[in-house]
Amino acid sequence: MKINYDRSACQGHNRCYLLAPELFDVDDEGYAILRIDGEVPAELEEKARLTADNCPEYAITVEG
Amino acid sequence: MAAHPPMTDWATDFDHTTTEWAQNAPEIWETFRDGCPVAHTDRFGGCWFPARHGDVSAIAHDTEHFSSKSVVVNDLGFFGEAPVGFAPPITSDPPFHGIARRLLLAPFSPKAIAALEPATRRTCRTLIAEMLERAARSGGAADAAVDYAQHIPVQVIAHLLGLPEGDGDKFRQFIHRILEAPGQVTPVSPDDTLVAYLQQFIAERRADPGDDLISHLTRAEVAGVPLGDDHVEGTVALLLIAGIDTTWSAIGASLWHLAQHPGHLARLRDEPGLMPFAVEEFLRFYAPVTMARVVAEDITIGGAEMKVDDWVLLPFPSANRDPEAFEQADEFVIDRRRNRHAAFGLGIHRCLGSNLARMELRVALEEWVAAVAAFELADEGPDSVRWSTGQVRGPRELPIRVLETLPMEETK
Repeated sequence: MKINYDRSACQGHNRCYLLAPELFDVDDEGYAILRIDGEVPAELEEKARLTADNCPEYAITVEG
Repeated sequence: MAAHPPMTDWATDFDHTTTEWAQNAPEIWETFRDGCPVAHTDRFGGCWFPARHGDVSAIAHDTEHFSSKSVVVNDLGFFGEAPVGFAPPITSDPPFHGIARRLLLAPFSPKAIAALEPATRRTCRTLIAEMLERAARSGGAADAAVDYAQHIPVQVIAHLLGLPEGDGDKFRQFIHRILEAPGQVTPVSPDDTLVAYLQQFIAERRADPGDDLISHLTRAEVAGVPLGDDHVEGTVALLLIAGIDTTWSAIGASLWHLAQHPGHLARLRDEPGLMPFAVEEFLRFYAPVTMARVVAEDITIGGAEMKVDDWVLLPFPSANRDPEAFEQADEFVIDRRRNRHAAFGLGIHRCLGSNLARMELRVALEEWVAAVAAFELADEGPDSVRWSTGQVRGPRELPIRVLETLPMEETK
């Protein structure tokens, strides 16, 4: 599974950071930082899907 | 200001500042979503109500056609001028908006807010202990809004801003005038206004800064220039206004729900992993805040021809119940897994305090669930709860009967 994060769409809702701190950190201003380089470890696939399904700005997408 | 004449028709003459609206809002939104879908009123100088998620989202993301120069629909007109507005950054438009917002992002980031959690938890525990003590002497009678929910954000915000916690009644009175009946109260003496109240504290902090947010703002600079008094006053007013009724409403509405759904109360107690999902569902289903915009350039939305200087309400609570955007939208699903709710708004004006509000709601519920094993509404009738009018919706009184309590741990 691949995960993509669009910084330009992010408004700092921080839903991803709450749901999956293994995948997302936040910067000092509360914008998300994707912690991995796109390929989601198998054990985190469900969490990755959750972050995509709960982003109010559609800034996160997963494929596969 | 004169009292408003009675409404003739929801879709063409709505008045969201009336009790009739407040008591029936979710049903009214539903008829709008299925019908108009953009309602209109000539009141307030002309105002639109786009009820569907798609339209709300489009407006929230469109800062070209919609200005934030005034965000509380009222009888007196617009309070400030674009692009700064009365209370930056909520009343600001780009590019100034981004500058004013950046000054505040760090103190409201999730990691900064986490530091406030222990004090918030102590506040909640103390309030519950006091409430249960009184309830034990009166056959279980308590008011979950008056005795509990309303005090939590007041104490948290007072702490954050460095204002006296004992001034809670004052804060609530200022806020009531501004939010619940905007422009409809008798003029008050100039010394008895929110701005006058804040000016004395801002002057004190300029002279003797501390580690509170008012001091942070008095030290802040834009392009090497300190913020003017108007900017600091407006922003502090915003933090006070935006942080209290809203969170109080969310906590109160969540407790209103739990009073009627003992199964949900039990699940929250027995399944700690459920809480993060439940908090978001409470926020979706009982979203308290409707924002507003002013049309900056003519545009057609949902078939409605919006003209320059029309008001437009942004009803995030209605968007959150749109079946086009949510599965089983009209049902409260406590473990909802797909929940892109818009309780904190969408786009560049996403609620600055969302991390604080979410923390307060979670901690308030965690502490309630840990202390109250069973409770019910004191009166089951449809009007047993008074919902606030205007753009922030929540139960202002919530009479309950406490049926069973749990032993409370010592407050650390």
